[in-house]
Amino acid sequence: MISYILRRLVAAVILLLVVTAVTFGIFFLLPRLAGQTADQLAQQYIGKSPTPADVAMVKHNLGLDQPVYLQYWHFIKGIVTGAEYNLGPTTAHCDAPCFGYSFKNHVAVWPELTDRIPITLSLAVGAAVIWLVAGVTVGVVSALKPGSFFDRSFMGVALAGVSLPIFFTGQLALLLFTYQWPIFGRTYVPLTTNPAQWANTLFPAWCSLALLYSAIYARLTRSGMLETMNEDFIRTARAKGLPERTVVARHGLRAALTPIITVFGMDLGLLLGGALITERVFSLHGIGEYAVQAINDNDLPPVLGVTLLAAFFVVLCNLLVDLLYAAADPRVRLS
Amino acid sequence: MEGIPSIMRRSSIAAVAAIGSVSLLLAGCSKADDGTGDGKAKAAGADAATKHMVNASTKKGGTVTYAMSDVPDSFDPGNTYYAYMYNFSRLYARPLMTFKPDAGEKGNTLVPDLASAPGKASDGGKTWTYTIRKGLEFQDGTPITSKDVKYAVERSNFARDVLQLGPNYFQQFMQGGDKYKGPYKDKKGKGLDSIETPDDNTIVFHLNQAFQEFDYLVATPQTAPVPQAKDDGIDYVKHIVSSGSYQFQSYQEGKQAVLVRNKNWNPKTDPLRKQYPDKIVVNLKVNQSTIDKDLQAGDTLIDLQGKGVETQTQAQLVNDKSKLASTDNTYGGRLVYMAINTTQKPFDKVECRKAVEYAVDKVSVQTAEGGAIRGDIASTVLPPDITGYKKADTYATPGNKGDVAKAKDQLKACGKKSITTTITARSDRQEEVDAATAIIESLKKVGINASLKQFPSGKYFTDYAGVPAFDKKNNVGLMMMQWGADWPSGYGFLQQILNSKAIGTSGNTNLSYLSNKPIDKLLAQSIAAGDENQRNDLYGQIDQAAMDQAALVPLTYFKILLYRSPYATNLVSTAAFSGQYDYLNIGTTKK
Repeated sequence: MISYILRRLVAAVILLLVVTAVTFGIFFLLPRLAGQTADQLAQQYIGKSPTPADVAMVKHNLGLDQPVYLQYWHFIKGIVTGAEYNLGPTTAHCDAPCFGYSFKNHVAVWPELTDRIPITLSLAVGAAVIWLVAGVTVGVVSALKPGSFFDRSFMGVALAGVSLPIFFTGQLALLLFTYQWPIFGRTYVPLTTNPAQWANTLFPAWCSLALLYSAIYARLTRSGMLETMNEDFIRTARAKGLPERTVVARHGLRAALTPIITVFGMDLGLLLGGALITERVFSLHGIGEYAVQAINDNDLPPVLGVTLLAAFFVVLCNLLVDLLYAAADPRVRLS
Repeated sequence: MEGIPSIMRRSSIAAVAAIGSVSLLLAGCSKADDGTGDGKAKAAGADAATKHMVNASTKKGGTVTYAMSDVPDSFDPGNTYYAYMYNFSRLYARPLMTFKPDAGEKGNTLVPDLASAPGKASDGGKTWTYTIRKGLEFQDGTPITSKDVKYAVERSNFARDVLQLGPNYFQQFMQGGDKYKGPYKDKKGKGLDSIETPDDNTIVFHLNQAFQEFDYLVATPQTAPVPQAKDDGIDYVKHIVSSGSYQFQSYQEGKQAVLVRNKNWNPKTDPLRKQYPDKIVVNLKVNQSTIDKDLQAGDTLIDLQGKGVETQTQAQLVNDKSKLASTDNTYGGRLVYMAINTTQKPFDKVECRKAVEYAVDKVSVQTAEGGAIRGDIASTVLPPDITGYKKADTYATPGNKGDVAKAKDQLKACGKKSITTTITARSDRQEEVDAATAIIESLKKVGINASLKQFPSGKYFTDYAGVPAFDKKNNVGLMMMQWGADWPSGYGFLQQILNSKAIGTSGNTNLSYLSNKPIDKLLAQSIAAGDENQRNDLYGQIDQAAMDQAALVPLTYFKILLYRSPYATNLVSTAAFSGQYDYLNIGTTKK
């Protein structure tokens, strides 16, 4: 088990390195292929009417005058050992993990990320709990009575949930429950400040996001359950005289959960990397918003920071998924 | 500046057009204490603050709360380029000159701030001398000297690898400015030779050319004194040393700034600031719709960005007469226009450009931009709230709806029956895309077929529309654009968009690629002219010449709709800061 986790961790580090290398490549090499020079790149971070001397200074300060592989090496080194940064009259040490400073406004990336992680985490985890509970429950009940009124109507709702984009459901939720009938708060409050207000403000965002996902989960659970409930071991369980509840929960659902856990791990990991649209709609200043801003500004360090963070969450969630497999399905052994 | 809403200076106007059929206005100042018992003042009428001070009061105490939907580029006076920060920073950073807190165009008047009088020009406008007031102190009690001003100019204009967010006019105009690398790299510590400080109260600027509007340049926060011993570059923003009436009590990056009274600010050295509230709080990253609601509820007094309420709020305010009486609809010192690429065939011929001028239905563009409340139909390069504006309409069409016959005549004169071209717009600005779509429709009627290409605003100038090679390759003949001046004069507005010297290989703002010798000459003449009236006359001539050249199609004079809090006192919407309220002396009646 331990060696399995270790092996996975090593693989994860390699994967993260590949992700950053690809991001670096997209940022530097693709524009270069299209004819962009390092001077043009540097010009984006100077401001108005730069002199050639300004361009040279900025190029040097941001390290754009170095070969790309060296810049990449410095970035990776910064994460592990920290980095030196020119603040003007002095040089400051940026402690590890140093994700660098924004090319655009020289604000350090790591504190920006740590500031925003709780917001994105709040949004993603809250929504995940709702969609998992709602989706799986609806899926199980539908599967047990396929073709029933409940099954048909909920699968209909699920279809609508998948089809409706978040910028529609989100705006609608805001309009109705925040402005028309101000049941929910408008401005995000950290969990540590006031848990009730935290939940109150995030609830419409959770529900909008969960509607989209729970629909998918309900459908997944339903088809999984339908398949599992026809398996031989379910018949055996029933033949043994187990109560139906135990058959469904302990034997049926447990086996049907495996694919759901897989998808859940991926979804949650991706969301932790930033739920761009939801964050925009509900004015949550999370990772997604930061990413959009950074991409618009062509600001490499924040883009790299967000990419790495998102990749990290995906890898982490996948690892957890694999561990959960073993717990959920006795047929799976980690070795 | 390149038309990012609310970036640098622009203004409002004295004769602001009334919104719809609104009856307005109380004459003279309305008193803050006239209202209800909780300090809420009666609405002074629509557009009141564009004409006179609203809720004038000398009441001291309380907290004035500002909110902003984003974060400013920087609170550091040497590292900012936004009009609202130019406006706000004066509370803690006193520039040599500033603008008089007054309504509309009256707000464009320059008055001495840290300096005791406007600059004395000599050498034909190439040397400018300022005497700073006596008895000035920083918040820590150390005296402010001319050396602190010199240092502030050097760090903000020359250390561009560290503080690059502000403009660099001093770098462009000071003798030897192109060679000096800024105080952080200046090992000798002497600074730039062309800025002299013969004594603690005198500062002399030696320019490389005559520049008669230098008083405008020293009205930027870049001349607000910074003590060298306390400057640590990028991190200075975390502990700014105040020279104004307020100082930072706390600053949380991206969240909140709290300012309290600066005890070492001496009112005897400052005829402008009054220090009314006890505290000033700036909340950052607040949802814009929340700001709009909080403004109406009185929880927030001022929207710091001052770009006006969002569209949904606008609809609510405009449809409710009682709410409309608490709004100011004013010019934002900005022109919305379409540049015509004078180097791209067949628009290299003036007749083809004139065909476009006549063809555009400006009413449809105005509608696409959000109606009259978001802008009046434009016919000149200079907006009415910029000094030097002269009313004109070179390509008048019936009802501003375009004139197909005249356009076709011009097209014929150009030797064309039809034209195929590309029009660019910024994809993240819906109103700009809508306006471009409306223009495409009206051009189609005369045989000009334009296809729309959209690009993100962050790279619009550096990678796309502002790159001549790109425009040539993609047959870009027409480009959507917005422009506001860095200071509210004709030169401040015109020189970056009409001057051939402003054309480079990328990052252009002269999107017409206009290279016209008479215009270049007029621009050079105007800035060297010592007489203000003569300068203003020349600005009118440049405007007319640009229109005769059909270098651009003026679409609308951009306007903003501000909600005026009933609890805020001493409100004037000033042309000097894009129509924003002047932030110097806003107090509160909130109990």
